[in-house]
Amino acid sequence: MTMSINEYLNKDLIINNLEAETTDDIFYALSEMLLKSNFVKDSFYDGLVKRESKFPTGLTLGKYNVAIPHTDAIHVIKPAIAIATLKHPVTFTNMDGDGEVDVNVVFCMVLKEPHSQIMMLQQLMFLIQNEDVLKSLSEAKDSEELYDILTKFDCITN
Amino acid sequence: MNKQKVILVACGTGIATSTVVCKKVEDLIAANNLNARVIQCKISEVPGYEADADLLVTTTIASRTYTIPVIKAINYLTNINPQKIDQAIIDALKE
Repeated sequence: MTMSINEYLNKDLIINNLEAETTDDIFYALSEMLLKSNFVKDSFYDGLVKRESKFPTGLTLGKYNVAIPHTDAIHVIKPAIAIATLKHPVTFTNMDGDGEVDVNVVFCMVLKEPHSQIMMLQQLMFLIQNEDVLKSLSEAKDSEELYDILTKFDCITN
Repeated sequence: MNKQKVILVACGTGIATSTVVCKKVEDLIAANNLNARVIQCKISEVPGYEADADLLVTTTIASRTYTIPVIKAINYLTNINPQKIDQAIIDALKE
């Protein structure tokens, strides 16, 4: 069954204005949150860190840039998207290895199987291509507002 | 009729960005009536498919050299000039 982005979002999986210096700081905060809510196994953090060092996930888009860290399905219990907006941009390596990018918003994709997630993935890509949405995410006051922006976006695309 | 071409679509885990790119390439094949099919895999699995494939489309770092042409498909994710990738794939399949 294909599921839309809405079904992967969860109010407990959103961090607003995370203070982080490094990608590992971000991965730790996201992993802790996911572990607490039983979405991932405790190997998830190591999985994220290892994968990012081998296959970076920064995406240069323009004014607001994003990263989409993820790791192998073996570390995952339930699929979800965890989101962190960053208080200060954090440097990621671009996905194709071509230079670095200062990232404002991180979408951590907690994935199980290929194909079933195609709709969510396409919507997520569609979302990150929208500079207005990234701007409002970056400027949101709290995680409640972030959640509203994201779920509203889902309504528009459906 | 020419032999059907095989396009490998690879990312680091074989489940995330390659899924998006897979769909784009399949749509491109259908829209242009190309005689080709897509295999989705992890970049680490490419050597196992390479001998039977004609083209590698990838979103991640290609850490070694391959015997088949490689096209970087980040533009399909960012939607910044995706037509460039469309054309590169079409051109590569012609050869």
